[in-house]
Amino acid sequence: MSIKIEHLNYIYSRGTAYEKQALKDICLEIPHGEFVGIIGHTGSGKSTLIQHLNGLIKATEGTILYNGEDIYGEYYNMKELRSQVGLVFQYPEHQLFEVDVLSDVCFGPKNQGLSKEECEQRAREALKLVGLKEKYYQSSPFELSGGQKRRAAIAGVLAMRPKVLILDEPTAGLDPKGRDEILDQIAYLHKNTDMTVILVSHSMEDIAKYADRIIVMNQGQVMYNGTPKEVFAHYKELEAVGLAAPQVTYIMHELAERGLDVELFATTVAEAADSIMEVVGND
Amino acid sequence: MIRDITIGQYYPAKSVLHRLDPRVKLVATVLYLISLFMFKNITGYFAATVFLLTLIRISKVPLKYILRGMKPIIMLLMITLLFNLFLIKEGEVLVSVWILSITEGGLRNAVLMGVRLIYLITGSSLMTFTTTPNELTDGIESLLKPLGRIHVPVHEIAMMMSIALRFIPILLEETDKIMKAQIARGADLESGNILQKAKSMIPILVPLFVSAFRRANDLAMAMEARCYRGGEGRTKMKPLRYTGADRAAYVIVLLYVTGVILIGRYVPFRIWIF
Amino acid sequence: MQRMVQTEDLIFEYAKRDEEGNVIGSYRAIDQVNLKIEEGQFIAVLGHNGSGKSTLAKHLNAILVPTEGTVWVDGRNTSDGKELWNVRQTAGMVFQNPDNQIIGTVVEEDVGFGPENLGVPTDDIWKRVEESLRAVGMLSYRHHSPNKLSGGQKQRVAIAGVIAMRPKCIVLDEPTAMLDPNGRKEVLRTVEELRKQEKVTVILITHYMEEVIDADRVFVMDHGHVVMEGTPREIFSQVDRLKEYRLDVPQVTILADELRKRGLDIPAGILRKEELVEAICQLK
Repeated sequence: MSIKIEHLNYIYSRGTAYEKQALKDICLEIPHGEFVGIIGHTGSGKSTLIQHLNGLIKATEGTILYNGEDIYGEYYNMKELRSQVGLVFQYPEHQLFEVDVLSDVCFGPKNQGLSKEECEQRAREALKLVGLKEKYYQSSPFELSGGQKRRAAIAGVLAMRPKVLILDEPTAGLDPKGRDEILDQIAYLHKNTDMTVILVSHSMEDIAKYADRIIVMNQGQVMYNGTPKEVFAHYKELEAVGLAAPQVTYIMHELAERGLDVELFATTVAEAADSIMEVVGND
Repeated sequence: MIRDITIGQYYPAKSVLHRLDPRVKLVATVLYLISLFMFKNITGYFAATVFLLTLIRISKVPLKYILRGMKPIIMLLMITLLFNLFLIKEGEVLVSVWILSITEGGLRNAVLMGVRLIYLITGSSLMTFTTTPNELTDGIESLLKPLGRIHVPVHEIAMMMSIALRFIPILLEETDKIMKAQIARGADLESGNILQKAKSMIPILVPLFVSAFRRANDLAMAMEARCYRGGEGRTKMKPLRYTGADRAAYVIVLLYVTGVILIGRYVPFRIWIF
Repeated sequence: MQRMVQTEDLIFEYAKRDEEGNVIGSYRAIDQVNLKIEEGQFIAVLGHNGSGKSTLAKHLNAILVPTEGTVWVDGRNTSDGKELWNVRQTAGMVFQNPDNQIIGTVVEEDVGFGPENLGVPTDDIWKRVEESLRAVGMLSYRHHSPNKLSGGQKQRVAIAGVIAMRPKCIVLDEPTAMLDPNGRKEVLRTVEELRKQEKVTVILITHYMEEVIDADRVFVMDHGHVVMEGTPREIFSQVDRLKEYRLDVPQVTILADELRKRGLDIPAGILRKEELVEAICQLK
């Protein structure tokens, strides 16, 4: 279930005064089962990029291969692609519309042409995956709290049993606990199913904690593409384009400057603590 | 794309038209619209074309931008054209296929009606392109003030219009987003008969309404927090005052309207069937 | 010193209604809150979503009035209908969603909206608009449409709209919740500048802990109660308790806490990376 992007270009409002190249010569490969983080600030092209992956936006130039098949091919089944590549938009709760949570989650499977029983079974399964309690299944989605709405909306995409799950800032506007709960749930999903997860986020700390690989977008281009350690080693360059490495990265670098032999590429609190303990702990 | 709709939007630029008093522009637009229906001869159309093109030039709004705004009304335009084309039977038959036939009168009416509609929309959108919604509101409020005496809530109506205009682009963008989100969930918005199509709009309309109400609620709160309490006791940041340019504009518009009606009625000139 | 805000046994209940609109019960969003905020202070109110912090904020501007108890803003009782507009002018409010609080279609017209409502003479409105836009660094955008601005810029315009009313106190209700990190920094820098130059009382409601390290005083809310109160350092030294209230602390503080738990001699309540680096180097 790999995704391969070759020389992708996308130009907005071509031929008008508002013409703007949103994506420039993107080449990427996302193998099956990976947890990929995409970071970049507003306008870097990250949202545009992910909307290409399930065919919502058609590239101006370039190709996208899903499982080796060109999604822009003449007979390519776009609907099938959309049920395999699930996309959760920013503030996904704004798309809820049904009278109760369960029916809303059924919307995706229903569009896939499944029987009523099967839809419901998948919906229940998805709601369980996002950790929404059964007592809410029959409530109106508009009566839930912010965090619960968000879960219901994510379940709406999961119910289609996608092979690839893309989430565009799934934690925007949630409080810290709500944010951790959603991210932990996603990490759990990734671990216990064979889903590929692509997580778009502003938070370096979150991405560093969960992703196997980080793609940094800047001005429509891929700026870095590597493991968290590799990417955050460029913390000075990241800063120059208005992004920043996790706070611990700075601390480790400053400690090193002060002559402490700590692990420079620690990106999480646990790693940093281990390394600091090694250096100063046993005195 | 739905975001291309530009009717009713303000286009910031520094032009004489932008600086004119909104009351002048409102009155002029109304007169201009009426005048479009007051003549029959093609000479009138020539005059109207020259006038409109000159105004567009002066406004510094790119012609392309204005034309793009036409996109959403193309359907309406086509329907009007087809009705005129086939249903009006006047004069010689030009083409006849099966039970349909196009007559000279039909063609003439269709073309002229099309031109009129385009001029009508271009003219009125030129007004919104050069007038900020707030100015527009002020203009309407000031022009309708006499109605306040018979208890028409003039200020409230004006305020509602201005808010509606401000939220049009936001709601359009939102529609776009919701549509994409539902398509990503496999929604089929294109195929099926009218009934199925209408049904497939529910997943878009419900969230859109919910969001519009939420925004309305937020906005009402924000307005109250900033001490909004209706029109009474309110001062204006940009009070309306006529200047020399405004008076001149009134004269020009009146001259144009009289001119175009006179020319369009009494100066006959024919090319082919027009 | 004049007291800017004071609440006494503030209680606020939302009525719960059934589908026909009949009241079937009530939900207590704020329960017995007593606050004292002095003029010129920078106050932060922390709490998770649903903790009652936004409901509290709406009381300071008389958008909501207490079910029981009293709120005074600059000595005026917010429940007193005659004082309503004075209260709203004294305590300006900036909301969470940048799109839903901008009324004008041109930046400067939006900033002028408040003064217009107050009946300020035209010339004076222009002066205030200019000053306010300059204060938030948005003067060069005065003729722009708000729709074309970034989230951070929109919030700065909203802040200018409030300062143009010359309030003594600004209440910011999660102004950064919908912004990206750059927008967030932009808004906080603006608030910081304002505090220094305009000497207004600032009450910042947020759930981002990083935003409150400069506050004079921090209140933490949970289930409608104020559960913690103190300086940022006092608050941040209780990492575990904050986590109980569904909040978290900056990574630096967590790291410091973690190191202390593992036996290193590091002071509690570290807020900045420099402090931590210093503390670790002291151990060497």
